[in-house]
Amino acid sequence: MKLHEYQAKELLARFGVPVPKGRVARTPEEAEAICRELGGKAVIKAQAHTGARGKAGGVKVAQTPAEAKQHAASILGMQLVTHQTGPQGLPVSAVLVEELVDIEREIYLSVAIDNTPGMPVIIASAQGGMDIEEVAANHPEAIFQVHVDPACGFQPFQGRSLAFKVGLTGDLLNPATAIIGALVKAFDATDGSIIEINPLVVTKDGKLLAADAKYSIDDNADYRQKDIAGMRDRSQEAQRELEAHDAGIQNYVKLDGTIGCLVNGAGLAMATMDALKFEGGSPANFLDIGTANSTDTVVAALKIIGSDPDVKAVLVNIFGGLARTDVIAQGIVDAKREGFIPQPTVVRLAGTNVEAGMKILDASELDLGRADGFAEAARMAVAAAKRK
Amino acid sequence: MSVLMNRNSKVVVQGFGGAGQREAANGRAYGTQIVCGVTPGRGGQVIENTPIRNTVEEAVKEFGANVSLIFVPAPFAADAILEAEAAGVPVIICITEGIPVLDMVKVKRVMKGSKSRLIGPNCPGVISVAEHARAGIMPVDVYMEGHVGVISRSGTLVYEAVDQLTRLGIGQSGSVGVGGDPIIGTSQREALELFEADPDTNAIVLIGEIGGTAEQEAAEYIKTMKKPVVAFIGGATAPPGRRMGHAGAIIAGAAGTASAKQAALRAAGATVVESPSNIGQTMLEVLQKAGLK
Repeated sequence: MKLHEYQAKELLARFGVPVPKGRVARTPEEAEAICRELGGKAVIKAQAHTGARGKAGGVKVAQTPAEAKQHAASILGMQLVTHQTGPQGLPVSAVLVEELVDIEREIYLSVAIDNTPGMPVIIASAQGGMDIEEVAANHPEAIFQVHVDPACGFQPFQGRSLAFKVGLTGDLLNPATAIIGALVKAFDATDGSIIEINPLVVTKDGKLLAADAKYSIDDNADYRQKDIAGMRDRSQEAQRELEAHDAGIQNYVKLDGTIGCLVNGAGLAMATMDALKFEGGSPANFLDIGTANSTDTVVAALKIIGSDPDVKAVLVNIFGGLARTDVIAQGIVDAKREGFIPQPTVVRLAGTNVEAGMKILDASELDLGRADGFAEAARMAVAAAKRK
Repeated sequence: MSVLMNRNSKVVVQGFGGAGQREAANGRAYGTQIVCGVTPGRGGQVIENTPIRNTVEEAVKEFGANVSLIFVPAPFAADAILEAEAAGVPVIICITEGIPVLDMVKVKRVMKGSKSRLIGPNCPGVISVAEHARAGIMPVDVYMEGHVGVISRSGTLVYEAVDQLTRLGIGQSGSVGVGGDPIIGTSQREALELFEADPDTNAIVLIGEIGGTAEQEAAEYIKTMKKPVVAFIGGATAPPGRRMGHAGAIIAGAAGTASAKQAALRAAGATVVESPSNIGQTMLEVLQKAGLK
C-alpha cells in the first residue's frame, strides 16, 4: 500500500526524521491559513500517488497567502497526469502546504528489501533529487548501500559509513547518522516495503530535512498495521480494482487489452497474458483466483471481468492443484446463466477434479469455447475477441 | 535417487486444518509416509487417521519426522518454520502465502546458519516421482516417472510444464516449487544445484518470472552446468511497477524485466522458451539433440 507524501512525512517525523514545517490542506482557504502560519510563503504540493508532480503542474510556490489560496484552488480537484499515472491521471483532493527551504545540496536516501540476502538494504547517494534508477544505470559508483542484519539490527557505524560516503561530514555527521537510524526504525516498526527520501536536503543554514518522501507498506502486514491501513486513499486506486477488492478478489490488476482473464495461480495468470500476446491478442486484466473453494468467489470475479467495457472475450484458464476445477466450472455456469459474462467465453480446465468439472460444463449446454491446452485456449480467445 | 525427498521421507504436517488434512490424505494415497500432524492444543487426538501432536519436537522424537509440510496461516507461519528448524527437521516446506516480508527476513537469517533447508514459502511443494514422495499441493495425475527436473517460482506453472512434458512422453524425476515471495528459503540457483547433482535427472525446466534478480543468479550457475536447461520467464507482458499476484512479481528496475532475465539465461546457455505453451515441445527437442530421447 502506498502512502501520500504528507502521510509519509507524518510517520517519518514520528520516528525522528526532520521534515519541513507544514500541514495538509483540503480547501484553498486552509492552504491560505497554513501559508500565513508559515510566515507568508509556502510551497503547495499536490498529494497523489505518483512522482514527477512538479512537471505536471502539481507543485507551485506561493509568495503570499493569497497566492497560496490561488495555487491550491488550481491544484485541488485536478487530475494529475504524469508518465507514471497513465492518460487518465490521478485525482488530487489534498495539498501539502510547506515552508520554503533554501537548498544547498540534495542527497538520496532509502530503505528497501534486498531479496537475495533477504535483508533490508539502506541505499544512499550524493546525487539526490534525481531518478535513482538513472543514477544506478549511468553512475553506479555514486550509489552506496549497506544491509541491516536482523540479528543485531542497524548499527551506528553503518550510518556513519554512508554519511561519510555521501559527504555528510562535520556538523552534519551525527544528525545524518541519526536520520538513517530513524529511517530503519520506521521501516521495521511499520512493515515498510520501501521508504525513499529523495531528496534529503542540506539547507543553507546547515540543517538536514526530508524534502520529499515515498512510503509503501507491505500488504501482507495489514493485519498488524491497522493504524497505517487506515491511511489508505482509495481514490488513488483504479475503480475496477477496488470493486474486485470489495468482492473479495485480491489479485486483480486492470490492464489495457480486450481479453478478460480468470486464472488460478499468479504464475499461470502471467503466463496466460504472455500466451495471449504471443497469439496476437492482449489481456484486459490480470486475475489470480487462487484456491477458489467457493463458486461465489468465481461468480464475483467473472462479474467484475464481464462488466469491464474493454472486455471483448473471456478466457478462463485453470490448472487445479489446491483449486478445484469442478467448483470453477460451476462458477462459470452460474455466472453465464446470470448474464454476468455476455462475452464469448473460452474455458480450459485441467488438474484436480477435471472430469467432474467437464461434466458440469457439458450438462449446462451453454455455448462455451472449450480448449484442451494452453496455446489453443489463447488462440481461441484472441480469435473471439477479434470477431467481436 | 531423487531431490530432497525419497521413499524413506517421513512427513509431519504443521497446521492440520482443511488444506493440511486434504493434502495429507492426497500424499498418503500417492504412497508418501505422512507420519503425523501438529496442531498446538490438539496433541493426542487422531484426525483423519493421523495422530496429532502439540509440537514439532514431539513429531521428530516419536515418529522420526524428517520433512515438515506447513499450512499454518500467514500471521503464524514464520513461527511454524522456526519451530521446525529448532526441532532439527532437515527439509521444511512452507505452502503458506502472504507471510509479512519482515518475518521472512528473520527466518532467512536463522536458516543461513542452519542444517535445515527451507523450501518456499508461497510454493506448491516438492515431489519425487519414482519415490512416490510428495509434500505439497500438486495434482499427482499429471506426473510421469522419468528424468526431467522442474523448478518454478509459480505453482500452477509447474503443473502446466509437467503436463506438457507428460503428454509428449517425457517423464519427470521430480519438481521443486521454490515459491513466489520476495524472500524464499531455497533459490532457483540452489534448486538447480540439487538437480545437477541428482543422478536420476538428465535435464531441467526452470520457470522464473518478473521481479528481483534470482534468474540472473541462476544463470551464473547454469554457465557451469553439465545438464541442459530449458527456461521460461512469466510476465513478459506485465506492466512495470504493479504487483502481479505474487509478492515478488513486481518489476522495479531494469533487472526485473522478463527480457533482462531471458537475455541472462540465453547467454548462460539455457534454451529460452517465449511462449508458455512450448515448454514441453522445446524440452523434447533439447533431449533429442542431446541424444537423451
